[in-house]
Amino acid sequence: MDQRRITVVVNGQQFAETVNVRTTLADFLRHQLRLTGTHLGCEHGVCGACTVLLDGRSVRSCLMLAVQADKHEIATVEGLAGSDGALHPLQQAFADHHGLQCGFCTPGMLTTLVEFLRDNPDPSELDVRIAISGNLCRCTGYQSIVTATLDAAKRMRAERTA
Amino acid sequence: MKPPPFQYHTPETIEQVVSLLTSLENNRLLAGGQSLMPMLNMRYVMPDHIIDLNRVAGLSSITLAGSELVIGAMTRQRDIEFSREIESRCPVITEAIKYVGHRQTRNRGTIGGSLCHLDPSAELVTLCALHDATVSAVGPNGIRDIAFADFPVGYMTTALQPDECLTHIRIPLWPQSHGYGFVEFARRHGDFAIVSAAALLELDPTSTIKRVSIALGGVGYAPLRVREIETGLVGKKASSELWPEAAQACSKIQALEDVHASSSYRRRLAVAMARRALQAAGERALANSSRH
Repeated sequence: MDQRRITVVVNGQQFAETVNVRTTLADFLRHQLRLTGTHLGCEHGVCGACTVLLDGRSVRSCLMLAVQADKHEIATVEGLAGSDGALHPLQQAFADHHGLQCGFCTPGMLTTLVEFLRDNPDPSELDVRIAISGNLCRCTGYQSIVTATLDAAKRMRAERTA
Repeated sequence: MKPPPFQYHTPETIEQVVSLLTSLENNRLLAGGQSLMPMLNMRYVMPDHIIDLNRVAGLSSITLAGSELVIGAMTRQRDIEFSREIESRCPVITEAIKYVGHRQTRNRGTIGGSLCHLDPSAELVTLCALHDATVSAVGPNGIRDIAFADFPVGYMTTALQPDECLTHIRIPLWPQSHGYGFVEFARRHGDFAIVSAAALLELDPTSTIKRVSIALGGVGYAPLRVREIETGLVGKKASSELWPEAAQACSKIQALEDVHASSSYRRRLAVAMARRALQAAGERALANSSRH
């Protein structure tokens, strides 16, 4: 079995690990680092549940090999809340607006939207809908997710100007 | 839903890529991985060797060189989407690339990967056909330029030899005053287009049409340039009445039939998409020519 030694920074913490070259980044995060917040739905890049941030950009971790993450920085849903457990404004808005029911899609929604709101602090409703067009949710009908995102954007703008 | 076992290679120069391609049997080049990785996960492909292009130097760049836009094969779709140079000189690309997959796949996906995968509905493939792009590939005998018209040779099959690697895409620029339009029909945003249409239009100072290019995606294994529209429109005065009539030429095209749509439905869509793309290109060309 072809294996490689990789070093990655995940949520600010450095890891040096040996990986099978065919292991996807998603399986590496879940099984090797035990960060099971990243969910796997379809494993072929359609559902968006496995979205993580690679050097700040949202990517599908099922469509990347762990070995490709060598010397890169990854942020998963586990890294969103502060070290004191305080929720990220987006997480808080999801909680306040029932932006989740079963929660399966939530990690992918959050990581996708963190990047999106960083680039688009004042989005329209349509912008938000397009941003999450690559994330499937079977519970909410998306409405509450869109509401939560717009509210989070508002809170984050207020925080920035405060 | 896990990739099959393979040997993994990380070349750092294009010469190393070519030497690996020449020496390894049953290999696959891995670019952005947004098509190959699903195919590996589903085991549609079972390569013995994966040659990862992500650490090869010099394949990611966007350059305006004279009358050409040169894009490195490993340039991420996201970098194309947000390139100011492309937006100002080749805005149809900026308009169309927003339809390529989703934000998360554009962050990884590359232009070269998309062209080599050659999905019939891929927007970047249609754009290259629209512009008469030239692609450069490197093989054991050096660099080879391929006119994009000769690049697709069959369903998801390119003219690249097994030991060749795509390195650059050269897109001839249209004059700054040209008009452009890109539209597509898909069931949901980000889904594969059932039919897409892209159009470029150049007018002379009297608003007479000088040059037209129109390409349809999703109707066959390769994008279809509708020559009847292109030659038929030249010399006519640009006006909003012109486009619906011109688009009717698409009602006679050969269109593929699959689980998503019948060929007659695709033909009807082609007429509508061509009309809208021409309309957008015409309006923009008229607005530009009145400004210049």
